[in-house]
Amino acid sequence: MRERLLTGNFHLPQSHTLRVYRETGGYAGLEKAFALPPAAITEEVKKSNLRGLGGAGFPTGIKWGFIPKGHQGPIYLVINADEGEPGTFKDRYLLEKDPHSLIEGMIISAYAIGAHVAFIYVRGEYVRPWRILRQAVEEAYAAGFLGRNILGSGFDLDVVIHRGAGAYICGEETGLISSLEGKKGWPKLKPPFPAVRGAFGAPTIVNNVETICHVPHIMRRGAEWFAGLGTNTQGGTRMYSVSGHVVRPGVYELPVSVTLRTLIYEHAGGLPNGRGLKAVVPGGSSAAILRAGEIDVTMDVDGLKNAGTMAGSAGVIVMDDTVSIPEALMVVARFYAHESCGQCTPCRESTGWIFKMAKRIVEGKGRKEDLDTILDVARRGAGTTICAFYDGAVGPYISYIEKFREEFEALIPRA
Amino acid sequence: MSVAGAGTAELTPEQLAEVRRLQGLYPDKRAALLPVLQLAQDACGYISLETEAYVARLFDLSPAHVHEVVTFYTLFFREPKGRHVISVCHNLTCHLLGAEDAIAHLKARLGVEVGGTTKDGRVTLLSVECLCACEMAPMMQVDDRYEGPLTPETIDRILEGLQ
Ligand SMILES: Cc1cc2nc3c(=O)[nH]c(=O)nc-3n(C[C@H](O)[C@H](O)[C@H](O)COP(=O)(O)O)c2cc1C
Repeated sequence: MRERLLTGNFHLPQSHTLRVYRETGGYAGLEKAFALPPAAITEEVKKSNLRGLGGAGFPTGIKWGFIPKGHQGPIYLVINADEGEPGTFKDRYLLEKDPHSLIEGMIISAYAIGAHVAFIYVRGEYVRPWRILRQAVEEAYAAGFLGRNILGSGFDLDVVIHRGAGAYICGEETGLISSLEGKKGWPKLKPPFPAVRGAFGAPTIVNNVETICHVPHIMRRGAEWFAGLGTNTQGGTRMYSVSGHVVRPGVYELPVSVTLRTLIYEHAGGLPNGRGLKAVVPGGSSAAILRAGEIDVTMDVDGLKNAGTMAGSAGVIVMDDTVSIPEALMVVARFYAHESCGQCTPCRESTGWIFKMAKRIVEGKGRKEDLDTILDVARRGAGTTICAFYDGAVGPYISYIEKFREEFEALIPRA
Repeated sequence: MSVAGAGTAELTPEQLAEVRRLQGLYPDKRAALLPVLQLAQDACGYISLETEAYVARLFDLSPAHVHEVVTFYTLFFREPKGRHVISVCHNLTCHLLGAEDAIAHLKARLGVEVGGTTKDGRVTLLSVECLCACEMAPMMQVDDRYEGPLTPETIDRILEGLQ
């Protein structure tokens, strides 16, 4: 049977309410968790092979273990609901349709890491998700799931919802922390990692919405069961956001061992209008593009890494055979040029310059050397900046050109 | 705000109480800067330099710091905007499915360029990066709502509903 952990309640009317959540077993994981010492929960999460679903795919339990042992003073949990990676929309569904699974996951996770305050950073454009989440948090307070002495456990947790104000970079965890602190969203150098020195100078765990929504299920049904749903190196299911040229765009929760071909053709219904497939971006716009012949890959973090791309945020953008790849690159390059926060020179300068070159190529005014200049500028800057934003831009710059070079060359006038 | 849209900042006692509540939610009150700017913008329509200076005083920050924050984020408006704001996504999936056509239709219907506001002050038209609703592409945000998939007909119907 197909396991639906995160999306199992989505079809129910009022799935966002405490009543429906409890009727379907909600908050049972929390009771189990409170019966365990906090360190045992982190161990369970390690055993479950849960990996971060915000983009980087870092093992969640291992991250939690980086909080300095015996730390005196506050520790914070921060939920990354700044969903902004082009092609991704899963967190929006979780916030709107099952906010209590996030809240339960937060309580368990905060208990595990010793946090008594948790912040949820919601992107500013998400007004409806924010309203629904806010209502759920109020319900949870009223029912004694948040606040003092939760369920008589002696554990206290307060939740603060913090709204962003429009900036993709605030999805990057240290940029998010800067923004949460009331500054512009400039990322910070790591180390120190947030787990050691994060929000307000305190140890901070930043996790994605979907990652934390998995935690109650791990508690309810056990780490081994969760690990068994996935591959050897990544447990569980994840929510694939599928968009572009498919018959049924939407969110599909599937085991991470699903192949890209199955996802597109079986779940999303294939391509409309009898068109052929040209290319797919498998993990949000920062992931390297795949050609039509490269889709027999599994959609777990390591499967896509071995295929030379990345699972990222699991935003799958499907392009049919009418799509102009140079035009797609121009659109993507415009995004990175617009969203570069301007802190690091290679990123600030290259994103603008590469957009300019991509644009003139599309307009038929490209120069013979432009393609190699883009590749050169992209490669030189990769890995030289404070955060991974620029590396994310380099993914499309290089892969679009390397895999579809003839298409770019055909647009460049021969002198 | 004393006079809506006047651009000069002066929060009401109730709004100031809300500012203090927001400041108390965080270990450092400065963390409430974004929500307070949002509040000031809701009250005033946009964030003028005077509003920045006023908010800076509420936080014991320099106006330069507040300016740096306001100019960093796309959801802060530094000039009066229309009664409604339409933000059309022009990122990859929406582009593949016709965002350019949707933008062209909106420009024609409203008689403004992207970035402009209709003469009657009804609508400001923007094109923006991914709003993360690619399953309804091509799509746009109209004030608080997401709308899509867009066709000339759905766009016309939405525009009719905006007063
Ligand atoms: C440019 C950039 C944008 C990012 N945007 C997001 C985002 O919108 N949501 C998210 O959860 N993680 C995002 N991340 C990843 C975060 O930095 C961080 O790895 C993640 O929130 C950690 O949570 P996880 O381990 O549960 O995935 C982004 C990273 C980069 C470099």
